[in-house]
Amino acid sequence: MNKVAVVGYGNTKFSNEDKSIESLLTSATKSLFDNTKNIEQDDIDVVLVSTNDNTKYLSAILSELTGISPKIAHTVENLCSSGTNSIVSAYSYIVSGLADIALVVGADRYDCPGQILKWDVSRGEFMHPVFWASVFTKAHKREFKTTQEDLAAVSAKNHTNAKFNPHAYSNKTYSIDDVLQSKFVTDDLHLLDCSRPCSGASAVLLASENVAKKFEQPIWIKGIGQKTTSASLAKNKDLTTMTSTKIAAKQAFDMAKIQVNDIDVTELHDAFTICEIMALEDIGFVKKGDGASYVRNLYDTQDNKINPRGGLIGSGHPLGATGVAQVIEITQQLQNKAEKRQIKNANVGLVHNMSAAATSSTVLLFQS
Amino acid sequence: MTMFENELKKGNFVISDCSSCKTIVWPPSDYCNNCLAHVTWRKIDPVGKLIEFSKKEEMIFGIVELEGKIRLIGTLKINSSDISEGQCVKLHSCSYDNGPQFTFVPCNGSY
Ligand SMILES: [Zn+2]
Repeated sequence: MNKVAVVGYGNTKFSNEDKSIESLLTSATKSLFDNTKNIEQDDIDVVLVSTNDNTKYLSAILSELTGISPKIAHTVENLCSSGTNSIVSAYSYIVSGLADIALVVGADRYDCPGQILKWDVSRGEFMHPVFWASVFTKAHKREFKTTQEDLAAVSAKNHTNAKFNPHAYSNKTYSIDDVLQSKFVTDDLHLLDCSRPCSGASAVLLASENVAKKFEQPIWIKGIGQKTTSASLAKNKDLTTMTSTKIAAKQAFDMAKIQVNDIDVTELHDAFTICEIMALEDIGFVKKGDGASYVRNLYDTQDNKINPRGGLIGSGHPLGATGVAQVIEITQQLQNKAEKRQIKNANVGLVHNMSAAATSSTVLLFQS
Repeated sequence: MTMFENELKKGNFVISDCSSCKTIVWPPSDYCNNCLAHVTWRKIDPVGKLIEFSKKEEMIFGIVELEGKIRLIGTLKINSSDISEGQCVKLHSCSYDNGPQFTFVPCNGSY
């Protein structure tokens, strides 16, 4: 099978700026061209835009604004995991032979319509994600004695990691006590347990094996796992397990012939603190129920191998950009270019990105 | 609006049963999500089980399971000192205004 590599990237700062979606998309694309040697607009066969924005025809608009006339151009939307879904689509165009080089740009605004889960009648009036997250948190506390302090450790750790991410929404750090003293959103979630919507964009360039050789330090996509179990909350029988994540992780590990112990650096979808704990368990880093103590240890030992860019909680969560930003972080880590965030000797990386109470998940594995 | 939403607006919670394989179809749809046959509509059995809950200020909300299959998030009119996961709850009212609303009360006792 044709191999596919990440060969370039660009980011905007994540912020609450009132910038248009077009402007966000073009800034990340410009940043990618500035960072990447040996790429011309004419080389690009595919332009995919990952977004939840309601604006139509954005990939054609982005292509025109940046002087690209691609063969294939369209939007990919799958809520919070639109970013990795776009990367999987671009991968498939390359592997199929339809394309050699694909540009994937993810962006959303702070007021993005993807934040309200309006389509799901099973959520009743509780359309905001904080409600499912609260119920998941409560169930995990009940079953595994996970505490509010354990949850706060996820937030404190990820904010600390974000301090060295120049694109993060905020570089402010918080202690476990600060998190516990932040406003209660519900009885089970503090404000600092939640990622925040913001404006931001991230872009990656993917290339086929033949073409990747002309770029510096290509990072190979070795494993892909994706699973959608449902759209509504209705199918999730076990509130302490993210079934789609479990299945996607197994697929990715099988495809890459990599095991969880081989992973050096990881980006997890911490939309809420409980999600990081559950993802650690469901991907298999620890056994079910041990996610909280694992995270406490990471925080206590200042180990940043899980969510080194600060995760969604530390970096901000512009929905369509998040999955792409996660892939950029792993790419930089495997290229040994992550500066103050660098994990020593990182050769294998994992990205976990998901949507709407883990009804859909993507797991990607990368190798230098 | 869908059949489900129209009926909710009138205060009725209706669900769709498959005319062929008899599966309860949830979320509601015009076709069975098991065998794609047409569905018939009926009123739901209002008695169910509280799966898990949380609280926002004075409002308690939680996941309720009805007829052993239908899971949804509703408002719980239950004293916070009396509530427990797994308890019997019944649908007290439902409506539709910009989105569905479901309210549950305990099966026994007052609220
Ligand atoms: Zn059927």
